[in-house]
Amino acid sequence: MSEFDGKAFDPDRPLGGCSCGRHHDQASHDADAATGAEAINREVLQSSVMRALFPRDGERRRFLRAVGASTAWAAISSLVPFGALEAMAQDKGSLEKKDLKVGFIPITCASPLIMADPLGFYQKQGLNVTVVKTAGWALIRDKVLNREYDASHMLAPMPIAMSMGIGSNPMPLNVATIQNVNGQAITLHVKHKDKRDPKQWKGFKFAVPFEYSMHNFLLRYYVAEHGLDPDKDIQIRVVPPPEMVANLRAGNLDGYLGPDPFNQRAVFDEVGFIHILSKEIWDGHPCCSFGVPAQFVRENPNTFAALYRAVLTAAAMARDPKNRPIMAEVLAPANYLNQPKTVLEQVLTGKFADGLGQVRTVPDRADFDPFPWYSMAVWILTQMKRWGYVKGEVKYKDIAEQVYLLTDARKRMAEVGLTAPKESYRRFKVMGREFDPAKPEDYIAGFAMKRT
Amino acid sequence: MPRKEALKAALLSLILFAVFLGAWHIATLPKESTMAAAQDAEYAALMGKGAEAKGGFPPPAQVGKAFVAYLSEPFYDRGPNDKGIGIQLAHSLGRVGLGFLLAVLVAVPVGFTIGMSPLLFRALNPFIQVLKPISPLAWMPLALYTLKDSSVSGIFVIFICSIWPMLINTAFGVASVRREWLNVARTLEVRPLRKAFLVVLPAAAPTVVTGMRISMGIAWLVIVAAEMLVGGTGIGYFVWNEWNNLALPNVIFAITMIGVVGMALDLVFARLQKLVTYVD
Repeated sequence: MSEFDGKAFDPDRPLGGCSCGRHHDQASHDADAATGAEAINREVLQSSVMRALFPRDGERRRFLRAVGASTAWAAISSLVPFGALEAMAQDKGSLEKKDLKVGFIPITCASPLIMADPLGFYQKQGLNVTVVKTAGWALIRDKVLNREYDASHMLAPMPIAMSMGIGSNPMPLNVATIQNVNGQAITLHVKHKDKRDPKQWKGFKFAVPFEYSMHNFLLRYYVAEHGLDPDKDIQIRVVPPPEMVANLRAGNLDGYLGPDPFNQRAVFDEVGFIHILSKEIWDGHPCCSFGVPAQFVRENPNTFAALYRAVLTAAAMARDPKNRPIMAEVLAPANYLNQPKTVLEQVLTGKFADGLGQVRTVPDRADFDPFPWYSMAVWILTQMKRWGYVKGEVKYKDIAEQVYLLTDARKRMAEVGLTAPKESYRRFKVMGREFDPAKPEDYIAGFAMKRT
Repeated sequence: MPRKEALKAALLSLILFAVFLGAWHIATLPKESTMAAAQDAEYAALMGKGAEAKGGFPPPAQVGKAFVAYLSEPFYDRGPNDKGIGIQLAHSLGRVGLGFLLAVLVAVPVGFTIGMSPLLFRALNPFIQVLKPISPLAWMPLALYTLKDSSVSGIFVIFICSIWPMLINTAFGVASVRREWLNVARTLEVRPLRKAFLVVLPAAAPTVVTGMRISMGIAWLVIVAAEMLVGGTGIGYFVWNEWNNLALPNVIFAITMIGVVGMALDLVFARLQKLVTYVD
């Protein structure tokens, strides 16, 4: 469909003739009513611009016949920024879908998308969002695949894996924002208080929330850096976060790299201690993301933009340390995280008991930077390749740029008054090892332990 | 005499319950915390000291509090993930009812047909025998994948688990109607449909209802597990949500409710069974 196919650029058609003035007659108007909102927006725009330029329809038609539609389009669009106008019209356009279902797992990672509900950020954007607590990541995946959820809290690697069709049928997904950075920890059973050196962990049973999770990749990375083979020297099981504490208490697990509040909850229940925070492995690592099916983004651009703004507003609020105690209050009830307030407070404010008798103060224990860096996606892909979850050639850049909606994030962040970083890739260090997103293969080759 | 007997039994039940509560109370008496006074007050506050005893098994008083709290307000609705126990039970019963009804609609006619025809019975028997022992929850991933809807999947799981006992019992009941009765019907030249409804059905009814009773028992067992898996609403979700918070008193409360409702359901079918039972 070319850009100037609108009827305003058809010399053989008068502008007018039906109720909206864009059709020969009412019948063709009705037939067209089924087309997408975007096309209609575009036509309304083009018609109104042409009407303004040529108040009398006869002149417009003579002009178009004389120079041809494409020349006219070129001439006029050089004067009138149709693209920008369209974008503006779309943003202010009506919401395609108002009643939305958004899934979440009851962990602090989901804070922004949860708190947008009680704080009315969704409502402010004209959306009626139901946030639905879900039992586990596999179920989140299935409910997103079934389109039961319009959008969902997802682990950062999940949309990548699902888009690639790893561990499920392929379904193109987008990451609108990162939900949170840091905020995870390695928790060990209290009986291992003396085994703080990972070299002593041979035969330990660990849990992570899902195969395609940062938890899995960070735990593997951490033990591998200490010379343990994550597939042979330790056991890594998939256990839903809520079941981690119960399993640790029962002695089924020696530890886990899990999401909060379940690390702090193990301390609170006196069954575990916090060995290290995940920020000590990679400071600023992403954990969860706000995932949206690409089809939903395509079909509901205005709704998606509104949803985007709501989640970003919440993220901005969550980033401010002085809001953290309020967040603990808002998130604690049974409808959301269903946890004791003091546990959430310790996680969010970063002043916490570590289970070893110390009070630690780490203000950036959990943070909620929403910016979906492409380099994060590339790192995730390198680890998926490193541990054999993907085989063969991986188009790191293509996948990252297709799944992570960094350009959109910039635009929406500007709309809610946030400043987004200028660059899209950045280098960072994971346990002292430099990662260069431009050279993912070299990075993988640099590891002694890998499955490639 | 039977009345006195019943009274005695009730008294004994009460005594047993009291002994159980007493033992439970003693077993869960608070112990001196192992983490002694060496720690400073700030650490203790972060660990939630001074609040209610936590960790370990909750004492009966604490569980009693949960009972009072939930039963005094059974129908509250604080958003999609937090509803009163009455609403949760209603959701579960609704799912069980629907799945069970669908199973009756399929199992009774099919059971009737294969009960009447030994050939069909033999032909279908291998399939039934293979499908019957499959744990209903094993169907869940398949159901989620093909039906593409979690609540429909829940109902499907109930359907598939309650169909087999009914099917087999119906077939068995229909097949073992006494030959003499069928012969009498034949000598009186009763038409087949009339024979099915007036002779075979009443004769087989006790066995069929027994099948339904077994099915309902299984369905109620399964719904809890299914809802824990799928979440959203229902008593199973309630258990999961409270487990998530490691709130054992609430979990114990929910377990008790599951037991009470299960018993009520069973009583309904026991009554129904009494109605259709006959003496030869």
